[in-house]
Amino acid sequence: MNAELIHRLHFAFTVTFHYLFPQLTMGLALLIVVLKTVALKEAGGEWDRAARFWGKIFGINFVFGVVTGIPMEFEFGTNWARFSRLSGGVIGQPLAMEGVFSFFLESAFLGLFLYGGHWLSKRMHWFSAVMVFVGSWISGFFIIVTDAWMQHPVAYAHLPSGQFEVLSFWQLLLNPWALLQYAHNMTGAVVTASFVMAATGAFYLLEGRFQECGCAYGRIFLKVGVIAGLISTILIIFPTGDLHGKYVARNQPAAIAAMEGLFKTETGAGIVLMGQPNEETQQIDNPIVVNNVLSFLIYGTTKAEVKGLDQFPRDQWPTTLPLLYYAYHIMAGLGTYFVLLMIASAFLLWRRKLYQTRWVLWLLLISFPLPYIANTAGWMTAEIGRQPWLIYGLMRTSEGYSSMVSTGNGLFTLLGFMGLYALLGLLFTVLVYREISHGPEMKDKAAVAAD
Amino acid sequence: MMGFIWFWLVAVMIVGYVVLDGFDLGVGVLHLFLVRNESERLATLRSIGPVWDGNEVWLLAGGGTLYFAFPLLYASAFSGFYLPLMIVLWLLIGRGVSLELRNHLDLGVWRSLLDGVFGLASALLAIFYGAALANVLRGVPLQPDGYFFLPLWTNWQPGVAPGILDWYTVIGGLVALVALTLHGALWLTIKVSGDLEQRARRIVTPLWLVLVALTIVSLIATIAVRPASLNNYFHYPVTFVVPVGVVASLAALWFWNRGAQPVKAFLASSVYLFFMLAGACWGVYPTLLPATTGAANDITLSRALSGPHTLSVGLAWWIFGMALAVAYIVFVYSRFKGKADAAPASH
Repeated sequence: MNAELIHRLHFAFTVTFHYLFPQLTMGLALLIVVLKTVALKEAGGEWDRAARFWGKIFGINFVFGVVTGIPMEFEFGTNWARFSRLSGGVIGQPLAMEGVFSFFLESAFLGLFLYGGHWLSKRMHWFSAVMVFVGSWISGFFIIVTDAWMQHPVAYAHLPSGQFEVLSFWQLLLNPWALLQYAHNMTGAVVTASFVMAATGAFYLLEGRFQECGCAYGRIFLKVGVIAGLISTILIIFPTGDLHGKYVARNQPAAIAAMEGLFKTETGAGIVLMGQPNEETQQIDNPIVVNNVLSFLIYGTTKAEVKGLDQFPRDQWPTTLPLLYYAYHIMAGLGTYFVLLMIASAFLLWRRKLYQTRWVLWLLLISFPLPYIANTAGWMTAEIGRQPWLIYGLMRTSEGYSSMVSTGNGLFTLLGFMGLYALLGLLFTVLVYREISHGPEMKDKAAVAAD
Repeated sequence: MMGFIWFWLVAVMIVGYVVLDGFDLGVGVLHLFLVRNESERLATLRSIGPVWDGNEVWLLAGGGTLYFAFPLLYASAFSGFYLPLMIVLWLLIGRGVSLELRNHLDLGVWRSLLDGVFGLASALLAIFYGAALANVLRGVPLQPDGYFFLPLWTNWQPGVAPGILDWYTVIGGLVALVALTLHGALWLTIKVSGDLEQRARRIVTPLWLVLVALTIVSLIATIAVRPASLNNYFHYPVTFVVPVGVVASLAALWFWNRGAQPVKAFLASSVYLFFMLAGACWGVYPTLLPATTGAANDITLSRALSGPHTLSVGLAWWIFGMALAVAYIVFVYSRFKGKADAAPASH
């Protein structure tokens, strides 16, 4: 066990757990704006109460996102000191911008949205929902800019001290990699939120909840979840995933070869649907391959040559190759399933049969954890694919961790985080289950008082 | 010039964090023994509920600013203070979760547990922040390459190879604990009413006396541990206005609290915190992190400063962004003025 591995695990574990929460809040913020917008024109108040219910789920997720997010900024300094010393002038900027431009905004309007429902005007409450959405999506943008610079460094100069410095503010923010990754990632967040909302709707219908009072929460959630799900599961593949993949292929060819399990350069390269990469024999065991598809996907023609790992020196291969390969295949495989399920659900919704088709409701219900897995696998693909580089082409991961922090101290705090996060995970599950099983309010509190 | 600007911008962020999150830390400490029943406790928590999260953003924004303006300092200090910072993170997690989630389950044991976590985490955070500042003033065993690693304690002496905790940094921790508890008590006198308000006002007096004593002790101790802290003051005698400000704000605090003018007393406490921090910054300037291993290893302003492009790019968005942020903050606090216990239940 060496220090580099501990520091990598430390960041990987804490960031993976952290991102379980923002991926829901960012997607949900958009869906809450949708619910609130419909509610502006609606008389019964059902959509408004639906929005407030999701506001509560949002609130719980937000708290967990905040408290698990603070360690991420710290860990750049605590665990990756040598990296931070050289690159802080660049990537410190978007990280500070996230605080300045997003967190102040979010913290100001979230309170209004969560607790102001009964004394703010309808429009003002809608406006605070929109601002929470804007804040959370700005926040996502700055994090993507940070990561994109490590994936594809732009607009920098090398100082004599070895440090990097920013040359252009706009080129840093408009890094093409960042724009593509942002589009893909935010769509992924909407996929998670859509599946969670649709699953909650399916749960209420399968349980027969909210039938007697004539409330249609189950149907509202299914309708919004399935429509948003259809749009986002298509967008995540085309164009965002497609464009992002092509950009990776052009700029990180070794990563794409490893993701696809392409050990040898091929013209008319096939796509591996399944199989296990064997680093010893440099081939895929038990492969199921569709010929020519990979060449077509990357270059638009079935005859194109795709560089295999044999074109790259061994010390530039991603370090945990099989994990990269599986992460990518899990993401892509789940993405395919999502779009099929959402097309089927949307078709039934359009034919007015969705609410009665129990097996589809069941599928929607049990599928809600899968987008979390797909989003996590997608991030693993990006970050493991970047290896062995910490800043692609400029700095290796082995040169970046804090050399003063020993393996023992690193493991101590990693175990501490694991214990603490296990507790947090339990707590989160209990609290969210409680909110979902309670469900939205049946009637407006004002109306109850009037009765 | 850029170095001077960024040094004070980071200092302003730190002061902003201490003054704002300071009072909710103080309220966290106080609520353990000041409140007598559930409704008083709810009023206490409501007095910080809508603002604590925004207050904590100052830590993140300040940390980010430090990160890109002084990358060497960020890298060196964060890895060198590895263990205490990780503990701070755990405390921040425990504190945020317990404050936000205590009302989500209607169980007595649940609430008592989370109230305990919230109070304890608040107290420990105040102590850690004070000790952290004292560590910076005392100096750390920097190596020529700009790095160091401090264990939590060694022999409790501030020598060449000290620990995070020694007798000097413990004094720093106690000053912070008492100062922020007092700060929180003054916040409560603004935000709650009735019996609780009276109790908060009465507890100010003993806290004030202890704080005056600790302030004097910490001043003497700092001069003893690092005599060079006075150099800047003798070089620019006009800056003795800082210690004068400390004394004046303490006196004003006492006077206005006795006169039942809680807002003014709270502002006096904020000014006290400002002068204490500014005085500490001025004591080390232009060093950012002094070395116990010889001045050649000091992390100085010019050594840690980012490149010129980075800083001018940063200055443009920083001014614009912080102006926006201040607008949000003014907006939130103006929405939230007056007594918090009169507002409807938040959950």
